[in-house]
Amino acid sequence: MISGCDLLPSINRYKCCYCGACVGTCPKCALELVETWLEVSEEECIECGICTKICPVGALEVKT
Amino acid sequence: MKCDLVVVGAGPGGSMAAKAAAAAGLDVVMVEKRQEIGDPVRCAEGVSKGALAELVKLDPKWISSEVKGAKIYAPNGTKITMSEDRAGAEVGYVLERKIFDRSLAMDAARAGAQVMVKTRALGLIKNDGRISGINAMWSGEPLTIEAPLVIGADGVESKVGRWAGIDTTLKPKDISTCAQFLIQDESIDEDYCEFFFGNEMAPGGYIWIFPKGKNLANVGIGILGSKSKPGAPLRLLREFVDHRIPNGRIVEMVVGGDPVAGVMDTTTADGVMLVGDAARQSDPLTGGGILNAMKAGIIAGEVAAKAISAGDVSVAGLKEYEDRWRADIGKHLAKSYEYKEFFVKLTDDDLNQLLGSLAAEDIAKMDLRGMLRTLFKLNPKLLWELRHLIL
Repeated sequence: MISGCDLLPSINRYKCCYCGACVGTCPKCALELVETWLEVSEEECIECGICTKICPVGALEVKT
Repeated sequence: MKCDLVVVGAGPGGSMAAKAAAAAGLDVVMVEKRQEIGDPVRCAEGVSKGALAELVKLDPKWISSEVKGAKIYAPNGTKITMSEDRAGAEVGYVLERKIFDRSLAMDAARAGAQVMVKTRALGLIKNDGRISGINAMWSGEPLTIEAPLVIGADGVESKVGRWAGIDTTLKPKDISTCAQFLIQDESIDEDYCEFFFGNEMAPGGYIWIFPKGKNLANVGIGILGSKSKPGAPLRLLREFVDHRIPNGRIVEMVVGGDPVAGVMDTTTADGVMLVGDAARQSDPLTGGGILNAMKAGIIAGEVAAKAISAGDVSVAGLKEYEDRWRADIGKHLAKSYEYKEFFVKLTDDDLNQLLGSLAAEDIAKMDLRGMLRTLFKLNPKLLWELRHLIL
């Protein structure tokens, strides 16, 4: 069984422009934009990958 | 800390709400998680001149430029030119929002509202099922602000709404994912806003060049979320700029998500009102949200004062907010959404046909309604689905 942690979106903070678009589209409200950095909630994230698709700069990745 | 109303978010929506509520006598605290208001800009900064003048006293300090009209380019390069006041809400002024947003916040402060930056709302506090305030972090220190009423003006993230049980989640097809450069280049036409359409260059959206003065412009792209891939907006914007403005100097970069959603079923909960992008009130066709946020903010602030005074901040007590904003901007938003849902299905051939059909017409002084009627007359088959909106 694959651990949930492995599939959580990883955030490239060098690319992230802290715009919050991902936060607005997360179906589980699992993302939090703390001013300039993003946090993912392990409990809430369902690894749907929507955030990675929406990110304008491609800073989010769900590893497969 | 205790007050009558907490406004979460100090963008145009939040500031207008805070100002209206404070002017009506409420004790207001407006919190902003960023340390600066109005930065990063995350906006193309275009607004209608006349509409803005109705909401706030115009100040040249935050007007970057005044545009005469719009130039619209089809995928095959066919160009349509429309003059000022006829091309729709996004032609008029291009603002300097770093100053504009801050100015609106200062107006709110002058009206009596407290403004707290670097203060991030963490959640709503409830007592016996009623809102009793927010938990926040103020420069890293925990802070509780007690209040019976909260206005969520927290933009595209819209967490306040979700904490209150209103599902504000944007589906990928209801968000435009965007990137923008502030570019300095001699080729910038400072009199016209330009719009470029094409399924290759901007799927489900468009590229814009909004002049901010001599040789300076916001050059940006919006792509429909459902048609995007990770990083596509930035990549496609770079391609466009490399091709069209190869000698441009990029002096600023911003990205963001712009709601292009249908009208929300509800923007209130007991003790909560949502305003602006947080309430998905931005125009689904153009992406413009400043004016709608400001209008809704004013209404929310006024209703807040009445509700607090009447001692009823339940959904029933806040109903006037729903009624007024829906009457003011709701109908237009609903129509815009239909246009958008239709527009994103058009192929490049369709777009070329539509814009090409206008090229031979004298549309320079036509208003949007006139233009749509003409488009329909010339392309009845293609636009058949929209006839109930146009005719």
